[in-house]
Amino acid sequence: MKVGVVVFPGSNCDRDLIVGFERAGAEVTKIWHKDTSLPDGLDMIGVPGGFSFGDYLRCGAIAAQSPICRSIVDHAGKGGYVFGVCNGFQILTETGLLPGALLRNTNLKYICKTVGLKVENADTAFTSGYNQDQEIMIPIAHHDGNYTADADTVARLQGDGRVAFTYTDNPNGSVADIAGILSDNGRVLGMMPHPERASDTGHGGEDGQALFDSLIGQLAQA
Amino acid sequence: MKARVHVMLKTGVLDPQGKAIQHALGNLGFDGIENVRQGKVIDLELAETDKAAAEKNVIEMCEKLLANTVIESYTVEIL
Repeated sequence: MKVGVVVFPGSNCDRDLIVGFERAGAEVTKIWHKDTSLPDGLDMIGVPGGFSFGDYLRCGAIAAQSPICRSIVDHAGKGGYVFGVCNGFQILTETGLLPGALLRNTNLKYICKTVGLKVENADTAFTSGYNQDQEIMIPIAHHDGNYTADADTVARLQGDGRVAFTYTDNPNGSVADIAGILSDNGRVLGMMPHPERASDTGHGGEDGQALFDSLIGQLAQA
Repeated sequence: MKARVHVMLKTGVLDPQGKAIQHALGNLGFDGIENVRQGKVIDLELAETDKAAAEKNVIEMCEKLLANTVIESYTVEIL
């Protein structure tokens, strides 16, 4: 089970993401954003949180146009797995791998706290370690996490089971309380909350580790 | 040749920064502000000398990078 975690200038959750994957048993390689191709044989690519390129222009916009992101889009196009957290989610929407966009939080504040999430679809490679409708506690840390998409897109995401997680108490104004969404083949997940920051008792909670464990476990069997 | 791009959130997309500005202006005693929308201005200096070619090029830049057309609209002026 091989995972690559992309590092952009301004990424700051890359190590945490790597630890989450490694604890689940994956072999993880770091990928520098200037690389134009991915290492051979990767099963999964992690796009970490942070402030890639200083959030200039729009969060994730510059990173999404970097050469490595074209390789990530190709990887996803061939049915590869991709997991974007926080800024990684913003980058995935900017590449078009996931629909919609992340706007400034409605209260205009940078919000850094642990929030409740509801597992809306436990029948995915990313969420099978949870029970359907389970409530978990995962930290958020973002200024631009207000998910938006047109009404048709939201209805499609909901109808097709592509809403992976919702907020139990919406902190940022996201439409339909959406915290994380999947691609149509279920192999690309983007979410604003940080499961890698809730994967050790020292973090104050371990609700996030089940995501890494189930994901790596499922891919190892495949 | 110079080009100026205006990027705005599309009508109907909530603009919390615009709302905050509206609120702050109200606090300063400016009455009757019905709505505020905040956008971006991006100025470009281009080597291109043909106006039509420059405009076509800048539109492509907007579609690929300068605007996120999921949430933003843009206009291009060749100056």
